[in-house]
Amino acid sequence: MSVTELHAARRARRRKRADLRAHGEPQRWATGGALMLGVLLILGFLLLVLWNGLATFTPGPIAVVHLANGTVLAGEPTRAEAFEPTDETLATLPPDWQERIQAEHGLASRTLYRVGNYDLYGEDFRWVADYEIRAVEHPGDVVFVERAEWGPFVGRFARIELAGTSVAAKDVSADALEEAHRRARERREEIRHVEREQIGAVNREMERLRLELRRAELAHGPGSEAASRTAARVEPALAELQREYDELAARAAELRAEDSRHRVTLEDVNGTPKELLLSEIVRYYPANAIGPFGALGIYASRWWEFLSDEPREANTEGGVLPAIFGTAAMTLLMVIAVAPLGVVTALYLREYARQGRVVSLVRISVNNLAGVPSIVYGVFGLGFFAYTVGASIDQLFYPERLPAPTFGTGGLLWSSLTLALLTVPVVIVATEEALAAVPRSIREGSLACGASRWQTIRSIVLPQAMPGIMTGLILAMARGAGEVAPLMLVGVVKLAPELPVDGVLPFVHLERSFMHLGFHIYDVGFQSRNSEAGKPMVFVTTLLLIVLIALMNATAIIVRARLKRRFAGSQF
Amino acid sequence: MGRLAMQGTSAHGETAYHVATGPVGAALEIDDFSLWYGKTQALHGITMRIEKGLVTALIGPSGCGKSTLLRSFNRMNDLIEGLTVTGRIRLDGTDLYGAGVDVIALRKRMGMVFQKPNPFPLSIFENVVYPLRVDGVRDRDLLEDTAERALKAAALFDEVKDRLQENALGLSGGQQQRLCIARAIAGDPDVLLMDEPCSALDPIATAKIEELIANLKGAYSIVIVTHNMQQAGRVSDNTAFMYLGRLIEYGETQRMFVAPVVPRTQDYVTGRFG
Repeated sequence: MSVTELHAARRARRRKRADLRAHGEPQRWATGGALMLGVLLILGFLLLVLWNGLATFTPGPIAVVHLANGTVLAGEPTRAEAFEPTDETLATLPPDWQERIQAEHGLASRTLYRVGNYDLYGEDFRWVADYEIRAVEHPGDVVFVERAEWGPFVGRFARIELAGTSVAAKDVSADALEEAHRRARERREEIRHVEREQIGAVNREMERLRLELRRAELAHGPGSEAASRTAARVEPALAELQREYDELAARAAELRAEDSRHRVTLEDVNGTPKELLLSEIVRYYPANAIGPFGALGIYASRWWEFLSDEPREANTEGGVLPAIFGTAAMTLLMVIAVAPLGVVTALYLREYARQGRVVSLVRISVNNLAGVPSIVYGVFGLGFFAYTVGASIDQLFYPERLPAPTFGTGGLLWSSLTLALLTVPVVIVATEEALAAVPRSIREGSLACGASRWQTIRSIVLPQAMPGIMTGLILAMARGAGEVAPLMLVGVVKLAPELPVDGVLPFVHLERSFMHLGFHIYDVGFQSRNSEAGKPMVFVTTLLLIVLIALMNATAIIVRARLKRRFAGSQF
Repeated sequence: MGRLAMQGTSAHGETAYHVATGPVGAALEIDDFSLWYGKTQALHGITMRIEKGLVTALIGPSGCGKSTLLRSFNRMNDLIEGLTVTGRIRLDGTDLYGAGVDVIALRKRMGMVFQKPNPFPLSIFENVVYPLRVDGVRDRDLLEDTAERALKAAALFDEVKDRLQENALGLSGGQQQRLCIARAIAGDPDVLLMDEPCSALDPIATAKIEELIANLKGAYSIVIVTHNMQQAGRVSDNTAFMYLGRLIEYGETQRMFVAPVVPRTQDYVTGRFG
């Protein structure tokens, strides 16, 4: 090739644009597209949860539906969908309906009504096809009654019995009924207070004395002098408590008798009556006559009940306060346990250990721990913490309660420790990276000042690594708060109205089993008798869980931002 | 200052050695000191005396071992795994690498200033009194006196006296380096080790540091590693030229630059290689 040819070739190359791949344009689109897809998925998920969650507590109108077969039903329309009626059904329909369905390519539509009255009908929801309907009306006097048992009742008030005198519902003013209902609810609250808290306290005290006696017998042998001394002390106290108990029981019975003098008789749209105590009604409203502000009030009151009350109706109704509390307490305990464990481990690995084959092996193992299925941790937690450590604690400190376990079964403490174990790899990895990011120069500066290694770590390295460590803790917290599977083995239960923190000595009961929002979602959605009623609760609880985790993370992020500001300008 | 001229050679007999002794004696006596990183030998039989109260410059091309030698004085090299040494470095007659030497106590007798300013992410005040904090000093008056004295000695006090509680990372590069010098002298060391203290600074900041070194001379024995020949010429009393881990020539700075004995030193100081 001559020099001129070379020049010509070079000119040709120069004129041509660099090709697409060289510019990296497709790669940019691919990576950006992948990100967009991820963002869209997350947004869609959040929107779905938000939409369903927020809509759950909206009170809807009640439709009274007259069917072609002459029966009547009333209910809250929940959703509608298209479906394909079978040929046999089609054949029984009048010709005009047959034509309409044919025009729609064989599809008819149907609506799901929440008819309630489970005690009368044996079902809460009913599908009604459009062709079955003769007429739909929205009468103003139909009420939606939320009951403490049996789910909602849809119908009308027939008779109302206040303080023993029964009158027709139409002769009682709405305000009078409201007032009577308020007082009935207060009475119920009082009954609960007496039965659960006061009688409960007496029971606990009696149990404590009995255990004391048992303990003395176990320690010194039954019939020994010490045991009989204890018995002499305990027995009069027990008698006194028994008297107290009887008084309280009498008071409760009195209240209950008063309560039973306030009743209502409801009847459904077909006139089937149902009598119940006024105090059994949680909330009632004339669904078609409440107006927007009334609806808003119902909506707010339902949210309040959800956030501040205990669950009822096998968790599908009522509130989730114990679950909120359990989730938060468990997560906080977990962080308290995992932070020192993870940080100290990482400190040794990064700052003290001789970097070699053994340390590499340890590091690989730690990373692999993060990939172990969480249920395995649950098994370990149950086997080690509950059955081994907990059983030993019981042997040593609570022998009088055996065979009933105290720490020897699942509980808040064991759950937190199990999750701490599950999340510790995250903290170790994050802490190690944060430590590695602290520049060597400032370590050397500290050592050159005559600081020992530990002084250097404590006053220079750790503070500067703290934001990175916090990131690790945030990740661990998010993972831990959302974990359910291991908890089912080590302490989460379907219903635990007793909170792990209360006014009874020693105030914090780490051995108690607890409720958890994550498990609550599973339980409501898939373990309840009525999954259609549970479905909206699934979304609300999911929404709540997300909000709770977001709140806890936001707190941690704010703390981290403060720490970071302290080191503004440092090499982070 | 009346100085005695002294002629000497290293154990290998290849070093040109002509140094002025200081008025008081030796700060550090290095005797046939060799150092290995794993299997790589970084220092070969260094023998020299660092004079008390004077400024000694270590010069030489990159990789010649001058920083390694400096970091051997306060045993900062101990942090590196697989380090072995032979020979002795004596501080007041005790061997730094002898058995039973308390490294932490040793480092407290040496102040060190690094190539890049490395203030701690703490307040200016806490940076300066760090060596005292490490010793567990809690006496507020003592801490404040020390901070003021050290900052004045480092010619930084007037610039920062109103913001002692602010984060040290907000200072400029030159100020940060003077802060590091203040920190190094706050612990009242015998020897001040400076590892290219001006290499990350602009000319004005460099001039200030050089002025500061001139002021600190006498109170401290200073060893400074530098790449900058002019700087060595300006600030030091004695200069040691190192090459490939060996001490090639060591003598009074003026003589070293005007009439070096070894041809290689001549080549380096005149800029023919390096």
